[in-house]
Amino acid sequence: MSSLIHAETPPRSESFVELEHVTLTYGRGEKQIAALGLTDLRIKPGEFVALVGPSGCGKSTILKLVTGLLKATSGYVYVAGREIGAEPVRVGMAFQNPTMLPWLTVRDNVMLPLKIVPPFRQEYRAKFKTEFRDRADALLKEVGLANFGDKHPWQLSGGMLQRASLCRALVHEPQLLMLDEPFGALDQFTREELWAVMQELWMKLKPTVLLVTHDLKEAGYLANRICVMRTRPGQIIDDAEVPFPRPRTIEMSYTPTFVSMTQRLRELIVSERPVKETL
Amino acid sequence: MNEQLRRHMASTAFIIGFFLLWEALCWMFGISDIVVPKPSQIFVTLVERMPALWPHTLQTLYTTLVGFAFGIVIGILLGMLIGSSRLAYDVAYPLLVGFASIPKVAVVPIFVLWFGSGTVPAILTAMIMSIFPIVVNVATGLATTEPELEDVMRALRASKLDILWNVGLPRTMPYFFASLKVAVTLAFVGTVISETVASNRGIGNVMMIASSNFDVPLVFAGLLILAVLGVALYAVFSFIESRITGWAHRKDEFAMG
Repeated sequence: MSSLIHAETPPRSESFVELEHVTLTYGRGEKQIAALGLTDLRIKPGEFVALVGPSGCGKSTILKLVTGLLKATSGYVYVAGREIGAEPVRVGMAFQNPTMLPWLTVRDNVMLPLKIVPPFRQEYRAKFKTEFRDRADALLKEVGLANFGDKHPWQLSGGMLQRASLCRALVHEPQLLMLDEPFGALDQFTREELWAVMQELWMKLKPTVLLVTHDLKEAGYLANRICVMRTRPGQIIDDAEVPFPRPRTIEMSYTPTFVSMTQRLRELIVSERPVKETL
Repeated sequence: MNEQLRRHMASTAFIIGFFLLWEALCWMFGISDIVVPKPSQIFVTLVERMPALWPHTLQTLYTTLVGFAFGIVIGILLGMLIGSSRLAYDVAYPLLVGFASIPKVAVVPIFVLWFGSGTVPAILTAMIMSIFPIVVNVATGLATTEPELEDVMRALRASKLDILWNVGLPRTMPYFFASLKVAVTLAFVGTVISETVASNRGIGNVMMIASSNFDVPLVFAGLLILAVLGVALYAVFSFIESRITGWAHRKDEFAMG
């Protein structure tokens, strides 16, 4: 039996993020590379969607399209019913690298979105030493960095920086959270610890999340819905809901249903891998 | 701290040793004052003539700082333009390099032609001397800003100005201050060149008159004043640099303060 219920595509009015017939190609003429084939994706408000697939399949491309860092070659990207760029939506993003600004303290790095994003931006001068500072400190405490706000990024380890980077992605209470393999460079234990932190924060704030990852266990632990992509051209080939109740635990990931789910995803990805030409 | 003290003492000892050696060599080989005066003699001249030299010192310092200030403003603006636009980079860079290769002595007569002799050409010469390193460094700093850091801002829907102000400029500060230390000494060179050619005030002018009178100790006293001023300004900018861009050097006192 399959533990997976195939997700129904939500009607347009209900979706928070929508990709409509989107493609993306790099370069021109002969050298053209299709990074993303015809793709449609709809995400409901408050959903936690994971994108998995082999490297180079365009997972990060989708993320960058939804954040507005890349422009679609054709098709449309809507966020909150409006075309990307004009929407009054707060977006938070965590990258594979912590990308902290080295001249700021960890706390100031976490507070950066408050300095840029309205409506916080207008109040930044008045509140950066009081309310905003407390808010950053509270988040840092939640990820276990209570006493590190005054440190500079080079004084922290990679895992600590990644936690700070999560704080920065969440500090302005984004309605849309983009996670581009934020746990990829961490060791197994730190990773599992941060999954729990992430789940807790998500259950509390309920942002719409789009997570790109290589790790099927991570996708199963965190996401409500997993989209599998294949490469060349990048395309979504499977879209399934994850039925496990919250809060999920690491122990859950050793249960037979969980294991069979990740196995199914794994087989899908492997079977869709481009066949290597033999000599 | 002990280590630091030892380093300071070593460098002080070396400087004093340099002057002692100079003095000793002058005595040993009986070198005439007209050729190379002894440091002790230069020092005596400096003290005796100080009332006359002081206004000229202030004039040179003032001219240099004004020229340098203009150089900083124009240098930053040009650097920002060149560093943030590919087109401006391609267009302006060859021109800038060409301009920088012109010997500034050749430019002073043109300034004198336009503005008359005196303070104005000296300020302008100091300015054009100091612009080049500032432009190059600011442009380099901006052009080499990591795209990942900009992506952090772009994901937050930051405007170009926001990105420049919060990422581009702070990222460029270490480059900028490195260039200031070079530029301030160049500004002195510019001022003195112009004063030597076309002015009746300033250390450059004093040295010019002194050398035509074979008053070599006074020439050397002028050189000493210039050297001291140069070192002092260099030290000032080094200090400001370490306060502002300590993050780039990973200074502990910066991290704590």
